Amino acid sequence: MKPAPFIRHVPKTLDEALKMLAEVAPEDGRVLAGGQSLVPIMAFRLAKPAHLVDINEVEGLDRLHSDGKVLSIGARVRHGAFHTAVVDNPLGKLLTFVARHIAHYPIRMRGTFCGSLAHADPSSEWCLVAATLDATMIAKSARGERALKPSDYFEGLMSTALTEDELLAEVRLPLLPADAKFGFNEFSRRAGDFAMSASLVTYTVKNGKIADAHVGVGGAEPSPRRIPEAEAALNGQPPADTAFRAAAEAAASAIDPLEDHQTTGEYRRDLVRAVVRRALEHSQT
Amino acid sequence: MSAPETKGTGLKWVGRAIRRLEDPALVRGQGRFTADLPATHWVRFVRSAEAAGKIVKIGNPGGKMVITAADLQGVKKITPMLHKFSYRPIGQPILADEVVRYVGEAVAAVVAPSEEEAEDIADLVEIEIDAATSLTDARESLKDGAPQIHAEAPGNVILEGKVKTPGFDAVWNGAAKTIKLDARSHRQNATPMEARAAHAAYDPVSGRVTLHCTTQMPHLMRTAIADVLNIPESDLRVIAPDVGGGFGQKMSLCAEYVVLVWLARKLKSSVAWTEDRRENLIASFHSRDQYITLEAAFDKDARLLALRADVISNIGAYSCFPTTSGVEPLMAMAEMPGPYDVQQYECRARGVITNTCTMAAYRGVSRPVITFTLERLMDKAALAFGMDPIDIRRRNLIDKFPYKSAMGLEYDEATYKETLEMAVKAVDVPAFRARQKAARAKGKYLGLGFATFSERTGYGSPAFAARGMEITPGWETVHLTIDPSGFIEARIGSSPHGQGLRTTLAQIIADEIGVTPDIIKVIHGDTDTAPYGWGTFASRSLVISGGATLIAARKIRAKLIKIASHLLEAAPEDIVLEAGSAKVAGTDRTITIAKMAREAYTQTHKFKGEIEPGMTESGTYDPPGTFSNACHVAMVEVDIETGHVRMEKFLVAEDAGKIINPMIADGQVYGGIAQGIGNALLEEIIYDEAGVPTTATLADYMPPTAHEIPEIELHHIETPSTQSITKAKGLGEGGCIGAPAAIINAINDALTPFNVAIDEIPATPQRVRAALRKAEVKA
Repeated sequence: MKPAPFIRHVPKTLDEALKMLAEVAPEDGRVLAGGQSLVPIMAFRLAKPAHLVDINEVEGLDRLHSDGKVLSIGARVRHGAFHTAVVDNPLGKLLTFVARHIAHYPIRMRGTFCGSLAHADPSSEWCLVAATLDATMIAKSARGERALKPSDYFEGLMSTALTEDELLAEVRLPLLPADAKFGFNEFSRRAGDFAMSASLVTYTVKNGKIADAHVGVGGAEPSPRRIPEAEAALNGQPPADTAFRAAAEAAASAIDPLEDHQTTGEYRRDLVRAVVRRALEHSQT
Repeated sequence: MSAPETKGTGLKWVGRAIRRLEDPALVRGQGRFTADLPATHWVRFVRSAEAAGKIVKIGNPGGKMVITAADLQGVKKITPMLHKFSYRPIGQPILADEVVRYVGEAVAAVVAPSEEEAEDIADLVEIEIDAATSLTDARESLKDGAPQIHAEAPGNVILEGKVKTPGFDAVWNGAAKTIKLDARSHRQNATPMEARAAHAAYDPVSGRVTLHCTTQMPHLMRTAIADVLNIPESDLRVIAPDVGGGFGQKMSLCAEYVVLVWLARKLKSSVAWTEDRRENLIASFHSRDQYITLEAAFDKDARLLALRADVISNIGAYSCFPTTSGVEPLMAMAEMPGPYDVQQYECRARGVITNTCTMAAYRGVSRPVITFTLERLMDKAALAFGMDPIDIRRRNLIDKFPYKSAMGLEYDEATYKETLEMAVKAVDVPAFRARQKAARAKGKYLGLGFATFSERTGYGSPAFAARGMEITPGWETVHLTIDPSGFIEARIGSSPHGQGLRTTLAQIIADEIGVTPDIIKVIHGDTDTAPYGWGTFASRSLVISGGATLIAARKIRAKLIKIASHLLEAAPEDIVLEAGSAKVAGTDRTITIAKMAREAYTQTHKFKGEIEPGMTESGTYDPPGTFSNACHVAMVEVDIETGHVRMEKFLVAEDAGKIINPMIADGQVYGGIAQGIGNALLEEIIYDEAGVPTTATLADYMPPTAHEIPEIELHHIETPSTQSITKAKGLGEGGCIGAPAAIINAINDALTPFNVAIDEIPATPQRVRAALRKAEVKA
């Protein structure tokens, strides 16, 4: 369980990093941020990158900034940064609540938000956040910059639209309305394990009725996504048990469930039904 | 000692929760483990990716040292033997020879100057295997026409035990009610924190090899490896340094260790191997993979009359040395009746070969499985009789001693009923039932589960001989010395690796000869410095090594009294040993033990030939065995939508005889329960259809974390054993023997409203939810 030989490059500026990445990309170069997923995979030799572009000393990538409309999260921002609210907005509280479900404390002190998105594990809490909140992913390379929305960015199990010479330099999350409600729930067998299903919901209440519902589901399909059928079951309804159950049922039916040796599609639907309803119930607390 | 208030007070050391003498080094990071040793050469094993098939070709990437079976000419196979139960000896080649029999079997050993390089080379070694149909499930192996995994074992059955008491049929046919249960225990891994490791170093001067390895039985490793390599034992020294947990997994001979010794001799150098977690999970030893069908006959008053069991134990691809793969099925057969008074018994127990990792001992050996099966059956019977599960136990637990079981085992005095009542009282069952009812009204499902069990511990050679073992362990020897400086060394054949024996044996010695434990060193784990012994396993060391220690200490005591009587000119019966000195009772005449020890070496002329020089005595102990017992109680909450089981609380009332150190005893119980929770709810080795293990990391194979362990409340009764000279009984395994049964019973209790039965461990959320879904309980 020792990684295959590799060369580690330690650029100090973004330009330098992107240039290096462009150079080593054809020779199986990878970006190293927190390393909480990549390094174990290398130890198992499931990945054998010849080059690592270590961005931990790149200036400016630790930027975490809100302009009052959008929260920008740089590539070096660690999960632990969200242990307390980073912005005075429901989004700040949402991120704090979600962050403490990510793995274990030592991992949260090292792993990065953008790294989770680049790795794109279907169970990732941050991927679910990005999908549910319609984040914008900013991919940078020596060739230039592009912005991707979740439906274009996530391409399946541990697969994204990032090309090999691109760095996920920043993720932008829109702030929520000041009166937005949010709820989150995930199911894992042990504390800190990969979620077998997770749900994040946000909405506002107008005249006693739900408006602008976002219902995201993670861990259940190859990529997290919003479930329009569940959102339709909520919008225009009072935020109460009947609508919550209908939305949960709609989400359970809508997904194309991941299966494995222990987990049948039926079970995954059961979990989705539970986590969506519980996330909605959480939104009321 | 660090407890000044106790020093010299004359208080007994036995029975006190003194801090462990082994801990200061361990908590400071000064432990010495096998993997800490530097080596010139490092080994990486290349393992089969196929579960069955013929080896067509093993490629050498060129210029590298790659050892295969072809190189190991003259090295014997590991062939453990039982002389009973139609046992068929099957041999395990040290490296796979011509065929592979499970995924993970070592096919080649790569040697390189570092671990990293060895792994790089191993990646390049191509093994071509002509894959054949594999079998991973014991029931599939038993089918007509199933492939034969070893030619020596037709039908893939390695052993079959059968017993039937003479009066069985008559009693069975006259029963008022019979209850049947099909129980399944899935495959598990002991998962010690330290995986396996070995370091073999050749000494050019003596020609000897010193093997450091993670083992629970260093002497037997030496005997076994010398046998397999056909070398004199004196050419090999085996050392078990600090060992990071064993739980039975480190009892058996590993083929890898043989390769290391062979390489050290060949290279005349030092060679090391450190197993990684993936190897440990797929290629060390597994356990607990059993199907048991258990039937019970009761009279009209729910008195248990007869038990009938059919045990199918999946033993994997090879048989483990020294116990053989009879360890699980034969333990199940011998101890199935457990703590209940039942004199009619029929059992068929088979060990079945499959294309999976070899089965070996794991804490509890079969008893977690048979206890789970029997205790589930008792709950099921209670339901059928409309009784409370506690009452059916009250009616059937053994309460007269000594008790002879249907299998002829003699149970010494225990407290099956008393521990049950103690637990019932501590739990406050009516309060729980009220809470359960209130929770159900809110859609929350709480459950309460009981398990009572007997735990045979501290058994010597007669018990092992009953299994017909070619290698029959049992006794232990201790050499106890007071050196000329007055300090004390106990050299023991046991090999503790976390059990705290350095402390508890010191407590026994301290009391016997009137000294403090801090001047006593317990030396173990090195075949050059410790007497031959069987090591540490089977909840035996404190009983057997402790007994041998007491025997040796009594001899030392007698000798000290004799010397004191000479030097103080008093009658031996007037001499008192306390606070490091001998005193003449009722006088101020005194002499320190240190001075007497010095004189035993340096002033022997004073004793006129009446006392032998020196101060070393030896004790050997080989007891028949004693039964600990406990009642475990689990309180759980089952989430009916996800199938998740949350442990709310765990409670134990246990009796392990005289407790030498309460803190260490409690630690054993806590740790056992933690493993039992893993066994009950989380841990499972899963093979796919092609025989490939899919649970090869600790993200997939799930031991519990601290978060999954609830509050554990312990209660004790001490019934001194008449079968153990220290009056202590063993307690190393009990925690994990009772926990799965109590937890599964609690889950079933929680799910009473839904008419479902969970008779399978681990009770994963998938399984719980599947049972509920079948009963049409909506998520």
